[in-house]
Amino acid sequence: MEIDPFIFRLSIFILSIFVGYYVVWSVTPSLHTPLMSVTNAISSVIIVGAIIAALAGSNDNVFEMSNIFGFLAIVLAAVNIFGGFLVTQRMLQMYKKKKK
Amino acid sequence: MSANLSAFFYLISGILFILALRGLSSPETSRQGNYFGIAGMTISIIVTFLSLDSFGSGFIYVLIFLVIGGSVGAFIAFRIPMTAMPELVAGFHSLVGLAAVFVAISAFLKPEAFNLGIVGDIKLASLIEMSLGAAIGAITFSGSIIAFLKLRGIMSGSPITFKFQHFINLLLGLFIIFLIFYLCRTQLSNVFWLLVIISFIVGVLLIIPIGGADMPVVISMLNSYSGWAAAGIGFTLENSALIITGALVGSSGAILSYIMCKGMNRSFFNVILGGWGATEQTSNTKSKEQKPVKNGNADDAAFLMKNASSVIIVPGYGMAVAQAQHALREMVDALKKNGVKVSYAIHPVAGRMPGHMNVLLAEANVPYDEVFELEEINNDFANCDVAYVIGANDVTNPVAKTDPQSPIYGMPVLDVEKSKSVLFVKRSLSPGYAGIDNDLFYRDNTLMLFADAKKMTEEIVKSL
Repeated sequence: MEIDPFIFRLSIFILSIFVGYYVVWSVTPSLHTPLMSVTNAISSVIIVGAIIAALAGSNDNVFEMSNIFGFLAIVLAAVNIFGGFLVTQRMLQMYKKKKK
Repeated sequence: MSANLSAFFYLISGILFILALRGLSSPETSRQGNYFGIAGMTISIIVTFLSLDSFGSGFIYVLIFLVIGGSVGAFIAFRIPMTAMPELVAGFHSLVGLAAVFVAISAFLKPEAFNLGIVGDIKLASLIEMSLGAAIGAITFSGSIIAFLKLRGIMSGSPITFKFQHFINLLLGLFIIFLIFYLCRTQLSNVFWLLVIISFIVGVLLIIPIGGADMPVVISMLNSYSGWAAAGIGFTLENSALIITGALVGSSGAILSYIMCKGMNRSFFNVILGGWGATEQTSNTKSKEQKPVKNGNADDAAFLMKNASSVIIVPGYGMAVAQAQHALREMVDALKKNGVKVSYAIHPVAGRMPGHMNVLLAEANVPYDEVFELEEINNDFANCDVAYVIGANDVTNPVAKTDPQSPIYGMPVLDVEKSKSVLFVKRSLSPGYAGIDNDLFYRDNTLMLFADAKKMTEEIVKSL
């Protein structure tokens, strides 16, 4: 009997939750704000779905209803990707050690 | 590009995202971590383009929208002041939530583009996944908007409660589950739209009863939700990068909420059900008789600190509001010149989001190895000459250790009262967020400095 590919995805999901659990506990509390902004940025990888949605269907009509939602999602995710990574970078630049 | 090859690259993106979080275990590796994250994102986007067979004229539009969104994001990232970080993060959460909703809508309208079946006959598993993604995304969106408005001060930070609130939320929650079930049976698009609308309403209702100082929990929780929404969409799209990311973000937000709740000694449900400040008002009015306080000025404070051998600074949300972090840093510099040893003590829930104070101090060029967490520094108060409390209140209240009747009893607090003298910068004697009088104000070794945090600190710098 063949295994449903859903089971594989579920395995990835559950293992990732465990990975996330251990990785996040090892994050130093002083970096919790950058942690939030960077998780925000990476969750915008949802743009993958947005691009597929935007480009779905025929080439002669790129602005069907489903495409429009895709384009809107691209804009939102793009704000988040650039905003999220850049603001994280800006914060991390500020963390400095004591000068000897 | 074949489906297998692109799946492989998505997996690499997922791993890069894990490394991005891993980098945050110390400030030295954190910047590198951020580059891993950017690399993962770039790979995901390029692979998506390559895996689509044909994308004639649409491609250019995608680029245009990408550039529009990207420029807006970059503009915000460079302009935003560090004090506004909580509302920025809340705002960003709302965007992820809405994007998830839009992708789910698009998948529902045109399932064949995602290999999910055809309109009216979408695969059952996909339908469940996309409706969960849409519902959680919608809750994240409207909830984050409310959190944003509260943090920004556009909406009052005090809890909004009404009768049968929790009952209504419960009903709506059950209704959402029913709608998902019904949608799977009928595939009716109106049911799907209703599901999205109800979820938007639930998001609003969920956040309005939660007060301002509980925002650290709310933000972490919404962070978690945005992850689960992304994971739901990831299952729909059968995309491992999105599934891995969703799981990472989801557990990250959940852990942060847990840490924040622990910092307040409250259960998660207690926070979510809201209304802390509202219920306690009755208990504190009776103890309102006038007790004597020692009132000092900047010169007294400067004298005390100059002659101390060690000073611990306790910053709180008030410091952020007054933007006093730069003045504070100047004061510390002046003290160090006088040979005083200075460190900073940060309570887990100081500020409006996890790690808020650390970022503000970092912005003011305070080296991160002078900044300590509660467990690391709490024993040092006993050996310290002066504790300088700036903009913090409830997190220093000794009543949390002594009075089982107090609503904050059991909350871990900084043992400020153990230091030889306490300087308390505050605008008035008003109680903090929890609505409880702070016993510390009336102690013999406490000197109250009634002023704006920034002004007072600047005056102290002058007299040093």
